[in-house]
Amino acid sequence: MTTKRARLVGAALGYLVLVLGAVLYLGPFLIQVATSFKSDADAVAHPLSLVPEQVDTSSYERVATDPAVNVPLWLGNSLLVTLCVTTGRLLVDAMAGYALARLRWRGRGVVFTGLLMVMAVPPVVLLIPKFLVLRELSLFDSYAGMILPLLADAMGIFLMKQAFEQVPREVEESATMDGAGIVRRWWSVVLPMVRPATTTLSILAFQASWNEFTHFLVSTSSPGYETLTVGLARLVGGALGEGQQLPLKLTIALVATIPVAVVFLVSQRHLVRAQLSGAVKG
Amino acid sequence: MVDTTLRPAPPTTGPTTPRRPVNAEARRENRAGWLFVAPAVVLVLLFLVVPAVLALYVSLLDWNGTYSPLTGRAPFVGLENYRELLFEDGLIRRDFVTSVRNTLYFVLFVVPSQTLVALLLAVVVNNRALRGRAFFRSAFYFPSITSSVAISVIFLFLFSGSGAVNAILEFLGIQGPNWFTDSRGVLHEALALFGVDSPPSVLEETTVGGLPLWDWLSGPSVAMMTIIALVVWTTSGTYMLIFLAALQNLPDNVHEAALVDGAGWWQRFWKVTVPQLRPTIFLVATLGLIGTWQVFDQVYVMSQGDPAKTTLTPAFLSYQQSFAEGSFGVGAAIALLLFLLIVGVTTVQRILLRDGRNS
Repeated sequence: MTTKRARLVGAALGYLVLVLGAVLYLGPFLIQVATSFKSDADAVAHPLSLVPEQVDTSSYERVATDPAVNVPLWLGNSLLVTLCVTTGRLLVDAMAGYALARLRWRGRGVVFTGLLMVMAVPPVVLLIPKFLVLRELSLFDSYAGMILPLLADAMGIFLMKQAFEQVPREVEESATMDGAGIVRRWWSVVLPMVRPATTTLSILAFQASWNEFTHFLVSTSSPGYETLTVGLARLVGGALGEGQQLPLKLTIALVATIPVAVVFLVSQRHLVRAQLSGAVKG
Repeated sequence: MVDTTLRPAPPTTGPTTPRRPVNAEARRENRAGWLFVAPAVVLVLLFLVVPAVLALYVSLLDWNGTYSPLTGRAPFVGLENYRELLFEDGLIRRDFVTSVRNTLYFVLFVVPSQTLVALLLAVVVNNRALRGRAFFRSAFYFPSITSSVAISVIFLFLFSGSGAVNAILEFLGIQGPNWFTDSRGVLHEALALFGVDSPPSVLEETTVGGLPLWDWLSGPSVAMMTIIALVVWTTSGTYMLIFLAALQNLPDNVHEAALVDGAGWWQRFWKVTVPQLRPTIFLVATLGLIGTWQVFDQVYVMSQGDPAKTTLTPAFLSYQQSFAEGSFGVGAAIALLLFLLIVGVTTVQRILLRDGRNS
């Protein structure tokens, strides 16, 4: 009797936390979507309402056409950088991971330890010095300067190394018998076998480079290189108190959120695992 | 014999190749190993290792960022930047110490909250009797994967004077503050409720690092509370997943034994689950400590250190000193002090937790 009642109470409490949590965790996004269809006055007057008084698409029109908030350019830059970083990281990490997992070479131990140590340095500490290095290399304010530093990714190398280590050695041995060289064994034999890891890594790289902010902030200065995060941040930065044009800003924030939201919906299971493996090792 | 056409660099087949194939294969592998790891090593050296060394060097210079620091034109000032930040009475020390105080409260509020919320969510989502767990798990995790800048914009709207949070507070009969312009410390506010409006002279006159003790005891400002709420909200989903993975790896038998022994839900949770989760709690707290000390994006978007510098953090101050004030030497010194602080805090935490486990 009592355990039954306790279980009922427990379930009721559980549902209460779940529903309350869902409102708290998704509510802000719902308010964001609703507000993007409101007029400025409506947004200020009814901050909580999920239904606009009158559907107002003017912030979407400005997002598409207004040269003052150059969202198409920001979107293009974000896409370009994200695409390059994702493919670049995949390639660099898959190569290094393979070398660390499967090839015998002098210096392997040193490189491995070095990568472990580098991972321990908090990124914020390297913000200013990265800017210095980019300037010394004349990469400041260029796509190369935005992309190349983001390819240095120790976490992804470890992810790939672990994946390669799980592939049985016999597979490669028989490929060697058939006359496959190292590059072919890597590219056509082992790499296709670690598809889960490469998927995980590409999702992680996509999400991280799409959301990247501080690196772009210090590696560029021209408006032509602004990504969605930098453009949006400069638009609202320092706007204390009652910001103006909140529906517009929320609409741009929505544009910045939709791609990761789509990737999230399509690949939830992978992303969950990716975040876990990243967190445990990072 | 071996397919050579796919190699990135043409192999330099030495004269010994035909006679000693094993040795040749070993050399090939040695060369391939370096070739494969080269892009990663070059990138890591250029953009992680060299910057770290350069940061150390620049922090010893009086450099304003207009020409290369390597030409020797920037005066070498030794530890002067550090002295100004730590010991010399002046604006920059006051700003630095204030930023440390602000972040200390930020960390003290965020790390326990995010750990507790994440654990609570994980335990609830792990309850097999509840329906729709997958949906709720995704819902709680969703804020973690979205852009910190985009989320900061949403929170700017929610916490604005006429925003959603104040609308809810008004509904409850509470007059909400003007969140982003309110620099009052919440501990001072709490004390004022008990009639302590002005500081005792001891606290006003004793200073630590140029800041009166009374200011040290302010607590996070009302404005900082919005950033605290934001960070707990965005990070708890990730940590929930870590707890969830740990919960699912726990052996069932201890739990069942406790159940048979008649332990209630709370007893089972507190005496069985929590001790088993100790390593995970430690991991989450460590990741939380490392992450929170670096808070930057949210400050840049939401407050730029204002009001009255109560949301100034070392990371933001370092950026501001370098890029707005042109004092890259000071900025680099702040970054290195922040690094030492993070190393120190995590070491202390590790020692404390180890002692706790032994006793």
